[in-house]
Amino acid sequence: MQHYNMNLTLKVWRQRSNKVKGHFESFQVKNISSEMSFLEMFDVLNEQLVAEGKDPIAFDHDCREGICGMCSMYINGRAHGPWTQNTTCQLHMREYKDGDTIVVEPWRAESFPVIRDLVVDRSAFDRIIGAGGYVSVNTGNAVDANSLPIEKQKADEAFAAASCIGCGACVAACPNASAMLFVSAKIAHLALLPQGEPERKNRAVNMIQQMDTEGFGSCTNIGACEAECPKGISLENIARLNREYVGAIFSGSNNG
Amino acid sequence: MNWKNAFSTSIGKKILVGGTGLFLILFLVVHCYVNAMIFWPDEPGETGKHFTEAAAFMGGNVAIRIMEIGLFAGLIIHIVQGLLLWSQNSKRRPVRYEVSAGNNTSRWYSRSMGLLGTLILLFLILHLYHFWAPNRYGQAFDAAWREEDLYEKMVKVFSQMWVVVVYVLGCVSLAWHLMHGFFSAFQTFGLTTHRYKATIKSVGVAFSILIPLIFAAMPVYLHFIGSSGH
Amino acid sequence: MALDSKIPAGKMDEKWGKYKSTCKLVNPANKRQLEIIVVGTGLAGASAAASLGEMGYKVKAFCFQDSPRRAHSIAAQGGINAAKNYQNDGDSTYRLFYDTIKGGDYRAREGNVHRLAEVSTNIIDQCVAQGVPFAREYGGLLSNRSFGGTQVQRTFYAAGQTGQQLLIGAYQALERQVALGNVTMYARHEMLDVVKIDGKARGIIARNLVNGELERHFGHAVLLCTGGYGNVFYLSTNAMGSNVTAAWKAHRKGAFFGNPCFTQIHPTCIPVSGDHQSKLTLMSESLRNDGRIWVPKKQGDNRKPGDIPEEERDYYLERRYPAFGNLVPRDVASRAAKERCDAGYGVGSSKMAVYLDFAAAIERYGKIEANKQGKSNLDKDAVIALGKDVVKEKYGNLFDMYAKITGENPYEVPMRIYPAVHYTMGGLWVDYELMTTVPNLYALGEANFSDHGANRLGASALMQGLADGYFVIPYTLGNNLADDIRTKSIPTDHPAFIAAEKEVSDRINKLMSIKGKESVESFHKRLGKIMWDKCGMGRNAEGLKHAIKEIQQLRKDFWSNVRIPGEVNEFNPELDKAGRVADFLELGELMCIDALDREESCGGHFREEFQTEEGEALRDDEKFMYVSAWEFKGDSQYELHKEELKYEIVHPSARSYK
Repeated sequence: MQHYNMNLTLKVWRQRSNKVKGHFESFQVKNISSEMSFLEMFDVLNEQLVAEGKDPIAFDHDCREGICGMCSMYINGRAHGPWTQNTTCQLHMREYKDGDTIVVEPWRAESFPVIRDLVVDRSAFDRIIGAGGYVSVNTGNAVDANSLPIEKQKADEAFAAASCIGCGACVAACPNASAMLFVSAKIAHLALLPQGEPERKNRAVNMIQQMDTEGFGSCTNIGACEAECPKGISLENIARLNREYVGAIFSGSNNG
Repeated sequence: MNWKNAFSTSIGKKILVGGTGLFLILFLVVHCYVNAMIFWPDEPGETGKHFTEAAAFMGGNVAIRIMEIGLFAGLIIHIVQGLLLWSQNSKRRPVRYEVSAGNNTSRWYSRSMGLLGTLILLFLILHLYHFWAPNRYGQAFDAAWREEDLYEKMVKVFSQMWVVVVYVLGCVSLAWHLMHGFFSAFQTFGLTTHRYKATIKSVGVAFSILIPLIFAAMPVYLHFIGSSGH
Repeated sequence: MALDSKIPAGKMDEKWGKYKSTCKLVNPANKRQLEIIVVGTGLAGASAAASLGEMGYKVKAFCFQDSPRRAHSIAAQGGINAAKNYQNDGDSTYRLFYDTIKGGDYRAREGNVHRLAEVSTNIIDQCVAQGVPFAREYGGLLSNRSFGGTQVQRTFYAAGQTGQQLLIGAYQALERQVALGNVTMYARHEMLDVVKIDGKARGIIARNLVNGELERHFGHAVLLCTGGYGNVFYLSTNAMGSNVTAAWKAHRKGAFFGNPCFTQIHPTCIPVSGDHQSKLTLMSESLRNDGRIWVPKKQGDNRKPGDIPEEERDYYLERRYPAFGNLVPRDVASRAAKERCDAGYGVGSSKMAVYLDFAAAIERYGKIEANKQGKSNLDKDAVIALGKDVVKEKYGNLFDMYAKITGENPYEVPMRIYPAVHYTMGGLWVDYELMTTVPNLYALGEANFSDHGANRLGASALMQGLADGYFVIPYTLGNNLADDIRTKSIPTDHPAFIAAEKEVSDRINKLMSIKGKESVESFHKRLGKIMWDKCGMGRNAEGLKHAIKEIQQLRKDFWSNVRIPGEVNEFNPELDKAGRVADFLELGELMCIDALDREESCGGHFREEFQTEEGEALRDDEKFMYVSAWEFKGDSQYELHKEELKYEIVHPSARSYK
């Protein structure tokens, strides 16, 4: 693989806090190596800004190996940038060529208020999980792990749903700013397993109500979430969530 | 969870839109079947006999008239809920993106259901004015009413070029609306499982092309071929 | 101060059982009056906070990330050990205990390790009950794989995302307690000091990272579950935010630091590609089950790997350690890689890498698959295609990750790997009850020093974090707090809180007022380089002495020349990072002091002066069979306390993997 260096123009969203309006600011970065990750390119830019006595750009990031779900940039119109099934931290600069202009925005959604620059508040996701995204089993109550055989195919499907990293790209990508893919991944994960069975109906209803309370849009089956999900969470999970919900309301879950 | 709450969550609202949508899809099949009668070759000396008979049955039968109430109720729910969803969803992103994903991550028609639906609604108003209102108004309020011959009416209406164009555009809007709506309705009821997803998608595409095509063929046919024979 | 590890008396396999049935309990009504602070929400913190919340304590949990689910436990790939013996391959509690003690090179405490092995099975049960989707066999039962340094299959896994799945399980349990009101969650908060009242830990000072405000929080006890300090090396497999700050503040307030120099260098990471590099990415150790590690037999061989014929390749691990081969423990594998590269046999453009080759595995699996499908006369390409599918199913996500980072296809060309800092066995000294030398201050998970000795075995970190949080602290905390039920909540206008907050605030203001020229990042890089060069995989007295001086100088530079932009009272990641790097600059020195003191090689600690003729680590049990517990006595002043290690059951011997 041939390595090269490039100069780029970055147009980045700046917003000091959620109390003030934001705006775009342009920056030039030079000698960016094609081997860098996208966030390392931002490190270079921030070093440059610090050296110039300016405020560096705030952005969320932590593990930088695509699993913690903290990084969250909307790059040239794409959540986590142009690569499929990828997080921003794993996007590498060989995607770009000398002279490119890159527009970087925060996740934009009513339920994800901007904290600063590219950093947004995604605590709504935690509250949705708190509304039912768990199995109510206190520590110490468990029976032997192998006393409950689970069909491999179901276990694999549950795992695929459970691989959601809670980054919020689905919300960012959805024209309705809906959180259905996130919610459905958790509901599918637990609905597929016998452990999740006792709370199945209430879980679906409660999590959906919490999702609505948080101010996310509703799903109209557009599918942009699936296209942008870094973990390849499938729309089939949304179908399953819908099924769970229909089942819950017609069987008369006693909740709400 | 009581029924009111069940249908007021985001999924509940969608179930209303999807459910009524499926109902309207069924209606389209019936409507299309009756319409297609005009393509049934006539015996010598007749024009549009098969169609006229079918239309008269649809217009005069009490059961059909009662079902029509349901149809309108469904239509209204579909329109009202659909537009509500559209307007609520459009407020969920107060600051828009500078660069949008466009067609990279989704199809334009799936993002434009509100617009396509509105176009269909506008077309529908014209369509009802042409073919539904006169007969139904007479049926309800005019003691001397007798069912107007819809075939003749069609020949007359579709002799105007602008009407044909509007009808064809209406059918195009319908096609794109169905292209997303058909699959979406099944998805909303959770029927698009791994096993059936591909089938539902293909049937949806075929349906979305075929039905509007038959509908659109009618004004075109009557304008250029059907009416010239008389 | 004499160190009392408080190991219960009695036979090894009865200690924990006896402790559990005789420890003091707190009744439910009293639990509601007791407030517990949990700092960090990784496996140890989330599981502890959730369990204590379930039990009825009033819990406050803190994390610096935007959600408890982001803690770096999430990045653990390979798996979690448990002595279930589901594979009927002779595993047992004793064997897991023995492997851990041996793997730790006889520098861990027997009592703690035995307890860890005992509760390992409960962890799997608990996680499965929570819905953690572990890998399963077609019969529906749990699947296992083997991991470096063991000869049994006891590792449970969820593809290459085991840490993620376990953490999500604990996180869900935690969020459930948050929703029930038993736990209050403080995300984007960083603990900046421990508050001590009458000698006991009674709260913390935390900074709200969103608005920069300092907050005082009272707790009857404080649990530090804040992970390891591998980022002192700047480049490591840790997350960007992983830091030592909480543990270091505790250390400065009187908690002894145990074995700070014990660092684990993981053998299979993607090599450094340039100066811009911000972190190193691990390739799960499970890859060594199928990958073969080699370098060319010729020095400076610049041919492409595919052009180097079989007989000109040196499979050095298989050559040196025929019994364990590519599956030797991490410290051994790492040193062997460094040895080859230092001797000039490295590969890639930097020459600081070795090959991890899957060609043989792909062919082997292809043949098995062809047999399964009854296709005996397939050509070589078809067999290899089948083999690639098998490898893809086992390691697909890891291969994808490698391809994304390097732009190379690991199915076609061997991976290039090199060791990188991964885990720190050292940490706050704790007794059997996980309490530090400050009463009511506990340390759990990687933040403590207790279970892994001088080297941690693969798939044991997840086990320890969850053991501490789910199954140990619920008992040991109660045993202590039972005597504290008369202590009412202390208002946070107590002078101790005010003084602690002022101290924190003064330090922040001091940092902000320096207004120098050099960025925090640059200081961190410089510290990392000193640490990696002189206190990394190989250490010697001369280098360490140098390093201590260099770090002292660097610290001076930092406090006179660091530039922190922005304001105190706003979201300011540069300021957050500055505080952490300032603490690393103190810790780094202590690590070198500890490494200098320990004149032997053991586990991850390799003193070049102490090795066998064949280059293996040379332990000195006569002089160094102790835990080094360092007491903070003032800047650059540390006093060594020794906790003698007594081996009742396992008899220390030279660790051999030949």
